[in-house]
Amino acid sequence: MWQVLRDLLRYNREFAVGVFLLSFVILIAALSFLAPHSPLDSYVVPPDLPPGWPYVLGTNSRGQDVFWQLTCAIRNTLLFGFAVALISRVLSLVIGLIAGYAGGWVDRALMSVNDTFIVIPLFPILVLFYFVMRDRMSWMTLALAMAFLGWSYDARLIRSVALSLRAREFTETSIFSGMSMRQILIQEHLPYVLPIVFSTTMNNINWSIGLEVTLSVLGFTDINTPTIGVMIYWANQHTALVAGIWWWIFFPVALVVVTFIGLFLLAVSMNEYIDPRSRLGRVGA
Amino acid sequence: MTSYSGYMLRRFGQFVLVVFIGINLAFLITHLTPIDPIEQTISAATSFGSTSPEAIAMMRQALRELYGLEGGLWQQYAAFWKRIAVGDFGPSLSAFPTPVSDLIWRALPWTVGLLSVSTLLTWCLGNLLGGLAGYFQKSSMLRFAGVLAMGFHPIPYYITAFVLLIVFGYLWPVLPITGGYRMSMPRGFNVDFILSVAQHSILPVLSLMIVGLGGWFMGMRALVSNIVSEDYVQYAELGGVARRRILTSYIMRNALLPQVTGLAMSLGAIFNGAIITEQVFGYPGIGTLLVSAVHAGDYSLVLGLTTVSIIAVSAAVLLIDLLYPLLDPRVKVR
Repeated sequence: MWQVLRDLLRYNREFAVGVFLLSFVILIAALSFLAPHSPLDSYVVPPDLPPGWPYVLGTNSRGQDVFWQLTCAIRNTLLFGFAVALISRVLSLVIGLIAGYAGGWVDRALMSVNDTFIVIPLFPILVLFYFVMRDRMSWMTLALAMAFLGWSYDARLIRSVALSLRAREFTETSIFSGMSMRQILIQEHLPYVLPIVFSTTMNNINWSIGLEVTLSVLGFTDINTPTIGVMIYWANQHTALVAGIWWWIFFPVALVVVTFIGLFLLAVSMNEYIDPRSRLGRVGA
Repeated sequence: MTSYSGYMLRRFGQFVLVVFIGINLAFLITHLTPIDPIEQTISAATSFGSTSPEAIAMMRQALRELYGLEGGLWQQYAAFWKRIAVGDFGPSLSAFPTPVSDLIWRALPWTVGLLSVSTLLTWCLGNLLGGLAGYFQKSSMLRFAGVLAMGFHPIPYYITAFVLLIVFGYLWPVLPITGGYRMSMPRGFNVDFILSVAQHSILPVLSLMIVGLGGWFMGMRALVSNIVSEDYVQYAELGGVARRRILTSYIMRNALLPQVTGLAMSLGAIFNGAIITEQVFGYPGIGTLLVSAVHAGDYSLVLGLTTVSIIAVSAAVLLIDLLYPLLDPRVKVR
């Protein structure tokens, strides 16, 4: 495990850059625990100061320190991404493994539903969801809704691997030795699928953070929990750009872009690692 | 039954299923959540000004009828489908008494235009560049393009559109940043109007392309670099077939098939991007209408737009699926 990590860091530039960017983001998120004020308090510092000392990234029109606000926002945004990814991973694993193993009409039925969720435009549905929930929309309900809608693409991928595992000899051996379907799926097939799950997790986190930012910038989430999107929302509400308070918008946008690129690079390099042909090509080069 | 019509039938079945599940999802969200949509709507619609009590009573009655909220859940469900089948979503609340379907029909051409132009451009350009990058792997310019594509690809539509808005709206104001055409201009089918529409669409199309290009580029590059090492390609090279011909008809032709399937699968995501981009640039399409409908508390418009989006996207996917056999002759003989 450690050796694999070391080799990846040494030979795979995408992985190294991705790890670096993501560690930076996580470090900033961790700093939120040292924040001197609650992120919800306003008018605790003088408003509208440009970046400088002691307010490193400036202060906003609501009298909040942009730096400490940012640490809290990125923490919540990351947690949101992880929560959605975790729940949707369970769904896609269960559905993908069962469809691939069972085959036949179970497979066809599950994959029809799966393809439906791939095609349906989710954004209008999430907006409709917000429209009905309004003030009851919380961080957790949105995460649940998005996890429920976001499993389909990866379930298809997992199913295709499970399909090939089903045809392998060791599956037959397990069946003859009397293992139940649940045992085979968890003990035999799951380990083969896990590397793919890791790489799709990164993409799924990206997807959910992107949607969360979009929804909250439009004000379609709980605007009292600070996330990156909510920060931009408040900046827009106070017409920060017209007022020339660019640091209120620039730093959250820059940080979330760094997050996206870091996660994406990790996903790409893990995909490469899973495919041994490209791994050999890299070490040989 | 030939396998071709079997294919068509299966695809059509999938289309029906998508619409069915999508509409059911919309029904579930609106009917099984613990919140009374009617009181929500009324409070949202009346919070901006004074509305007479009679008007509120009428509104409540109209809303109850609109969603068939009289009767049990099954009756409501049947009424819901009936409205969708005849395409009648009732009057809009924010633009009373204009029917919701009128508003949607007015906005739909803008979205369809923006979406089809940007998707076609992105897909063609991304595949072309990706194909070249996969074939000429030594070219440093194409490698650099690959790094750029990788960097821009994971950034969501909203952020890209927003950054373009800042750059072209505040830092270097040379392009129009809002609207679908110049405000003062009468709408008509003449050169000036069309030019104005084209000019206003540059930024929305650009932001959709910046995000979209990377995916097609990387997908095509990976496909092509796999095909390049196939025996038949090497044979063609040894046999002295022109490189241009090898690249276009031997390699790209084959690599395009998964990319067409990919296009059908990602159309929903592209549509999400388009409506977000529209909102940023105030483009008069579905997206802008949807966001303003939510802010105005216009229940029937939001529901109508969601339904139309589901049907429109799945129809577009069906169209791609039905055109697919033209590219892949194997579908016909299998």
